[in-house]
Amino acid sequence: MGSLEALIIQIQGLSSSAGDISRLHVILKQSEDSLRAESTRLSAVLNELDPSTHSLGYLYILEACTSAPISKEQATTLVPYIARFISYCVPEQIGVVPDKFISVCKRLKDQVLLLGTPIRGVAPMLTAVRKLQHSSEHLTTLHPEFLLLCLLAKCYKTGLSILEDDISEVDQPRDLFLYCYYGGMICVGQKRFRKALELLHNVVTAPMSTINAIAVEAYKKYIMVSLIHHGQFSTSLPKYTSSVAQRLLKNYCQPYIELATSYSTGKIAELEAYVQTNREQFESDNNSGLVKQVVSSIYKRNIQRLTQTYLTLSLQDIANTVQLNSPKEAEMHVLQMIQDGEIFATINQKDGMVRFLEDPEQYKTCEMIEHIDSSIQRMMALSRKLTTIDEQISCDPLYLAKAGRERQRFDFDDFDTVPQK
Amino acid sequence: MEPEDSPSRPLIDEIHSNGDIEGPSRSKRPIIRSGEQLDVEAYASLYQGRTKIMRLLFIADHCEGNPGMRLEALRMAYEEIKKGENTQLFREVVQKIDPKMGLNYGMDSAWCEMVDRRAEQKKEKLENELNAYRTNLIKESIRMGYNDFGDFYYAHGALGDAFKSYVRTRDYCTTSKHIIHMCMSAILVSIEMGQFTHVTNYVGKAEQSSEALDPITASKLRCAAGLAHLEAKKYKLAARKFLEAGPELASHYNEVIASQDVATYGGLCALASFDRTELKHKVIDNDNFRNFLELVPEVRELINDFYSSHYASCLDYLGNLKANLLLDIHLHDHVESLYDQIRNKALIQYTHPFVSVDLRMMANAFKTSIAGLEKELEALITDNQIQARIDSHNKILYARHADQRNATFQRVLQTGSEFDRDVRSMLLRANLIKHEYNLRASRKL
Repeated sequence: MGSLEALIIQIQGLSSSAGDISRLHVILKQSEDSLRAESTRLSAVLNELDPSTHSLGYLYILEACTSAPISKEQATTLVPYIARFISYCVPEQIGVVPDKFISVCKRLKDQVLLLGTPIRGVAPMLTAVRKLQHSSEHLTTLHPEFLLLCLLAKCYKTGLSILEDDISEVDQPRDLFLYCYYGGMICVGQKRFRKALELLHNVVTAPMSTINAIAVEAYKKYIMVSLIHHGQFSTSLPKYTSSVAQRLLKNYCQPYIELATSYSTGKIAELEAYVQTNREQFESDNNSGLVKQVVSSIYKRNIQRLTQTYLTLSLQDIANTVQLNSPKEAEMHVLQMIQDGEIFATINQKDGMVRFLEDPEQYKTCEMIEHIDSSIQRMMALSRKLTTIDEQISCDPLYLAKAGRERQRFDFDDFDTVPQK
Repeated sequence: MEPEDSPSRPLIDEIHSNGDIEGPSRSKRPIIRSGEQLDVEAYASLYQGRTKIMRLLFIADHCEGNPGMRLEALRMAYEEIKKGENTQLFREVVQKIDPKMGLNYGMDSAWCEMVDRRAEQKKEKLENELNAYRTNLIKESIRMGYNDFGDFYYAHGALGDAFKSYVRTRDYCTTSKHIIHMCMSAILVSIEMGQFTHVTNYVGKAEQSSEALDPITASKLRCAAGLAHLEAKKYKLAARKFLEAGPELASHYNEVIASQDVATYGGLCALASFDRTELKHKVIDNDNFRNFLELVPEVRELINDFYSSHYASCLDYLGNLKANLLLDIHLHDHVESLYDQIRNKALIQYTHPFVSVDLRMMANAFKTSIAGLEKELEALITDNQIQARIDSHNKILYARHADQRNATFQRVLQTGSEFDRDVRSMLLRANLIKHEYNLRASRKL
């Protein structure tokens, strides 16, 4: 009894300066076991602490009291505590023990899932991600947890906010795999296929020494998103892909590769028959929704192909060539595509003709110039970054030790020639 | 319809006259109708030896629905075989001949037996001779012996053995003449066997020989090479080879190919694969080849029509020729693809100079329906062979001019975003590799 009270007093007293914090840290570490032993009484103690000033102590106690398996009722009381803590805690104090913070956040996720209300975890988790990362390029372990909650709560838009950051620092490869995989799914949910393709591509081509389930599932989705977005899929992966992925991924995704082959023929009936016969397979992979989008995208693809060859074409002819049932249906498709900016055309309802136009973009507007300018700025920033990283790597002792071992000690070129006057 | 460069009246008239054959220019040049039906006898008289029999049998096998022609071909083949010694082929032909044709063309077992017996004797004699030569080690005689064996097998239809025997003479060749003789024999047998890779091989060998080839042999070799390319569907190479054949060929190679065939094969392959300048330069202005073309006026006319853009009459000629070409032992497999290529070429050439083309007029010129023409054009546009778009409502084809400026902008933006994406994912991968490397290094410590 006494020890806990003493600890609380110490937490209250030692939470102001940096020196105090590190002293407190030592004390807390020593009393970790005793805290766990008293986990049942801890929730009452939490009220005596302020999460914004006593973040470190609060974190330890919270961690201890969530360490034991938790029932639904306990979760109902604990979730608000954790959420409040996350939104008020101070990043400097949390930064001392990131592991503890991560495990508390993970437990928050488990608890909201246990309660069946993933949406309650979304906002705290986003705050947690922001507090944990030291720059926007840093990928934390909480990123994939956050995206998973977004997926389950169907808050795709919130998920996108984090996906827009460029990340380049990774703690754990597994985090990156999951981050890209969940991120890809969120982008698919928002129909941002380009971004989705990029993320899934990152998973598939990431360096890996053994094949993993995340990569296999990502490859399946990659095939389908590629069909929807580009209308084609090539089975050859870029040469920087790890050799295991190049060798084995195809074997695990045979039905999807056949789907792509069937798609490439452009015959709708054939594709639909194939999807029908393999429906169970797609359903068991939870991919039937994407497969349906693949099938509907082939109509669009065929209509788009018509714009290349025709200037005007009657709705009836479109229906015939694209194998739609009626001109009415063709009209709906064309209308939808015009709306989405996928084709440029006008429909003349009087005689049922569609007039395909060229892309009206003349690259003369202010917006376009701004867009081009911002792209140029981005490229320049990127290439500057590339140069700095190149310099960093060429100064990295580890790299130099490895590279030096592999080649001759001195090349003739290593000596700078004396400038001739 | 408005021509891009010179919208003068005469040209327009000319184009209109594409459509109807009864136009003014047409009356001066009446269409040469090749006989609706192939004149088997005249055709067969162009050839001699085994190819004559094989060609006749080919006709008999492929002229369904024309029993008269079939009988005629079989009858001539029967007579031709009787002049030779190939009993195997004889039995096959007799089986094909309807017994109703009369006793004259029935099974002649007495003849067969006699020929077979004589063949046995001759083979024995040749073997004895060859053994004698071999023990004496007289190179020239051994060569002759093998050569005789080749001739013997060839006459009796054992092509594989004939080929082997001819090739065996190679070790005993002493002069380049002998080598050429060996090559020519090997080529002949390979063509009969349908082994066209051998043909290419031996043509190459013969052409490498040190001595200059006499014009006849050179032409023969070119024809053989042309056939080999044709068989491999390399129409452009085939056309070049046939075009190089000299008029000295005449009927010297009629155990394989007649001059008329050189004209037809060469002409059609050239039409299908050459562009306009090459066609003019290598075919129409080619004095050598003109001699060949004179033999088959239909082909000459259709090439000229094609060049002067009278597509309707050109296609007419092609249509008339088709039935007979399908009965040609070498060309029949390629007729369809050659015709398709010629037609596509014609369509492309027709649309090339115009900003807009009236599909009705074009359909008229190509003797097809508008819907059919649209389908053909669609395929060509999708294939990027014609840069144009179809106005299906007004039935007009508009040429499409790429907007360089917009295309450049588009490409620049696209390249930029690709670079962006690639660099970012590369940095990410570099980071992962570094992470893995650090991990391994720390494990080692």
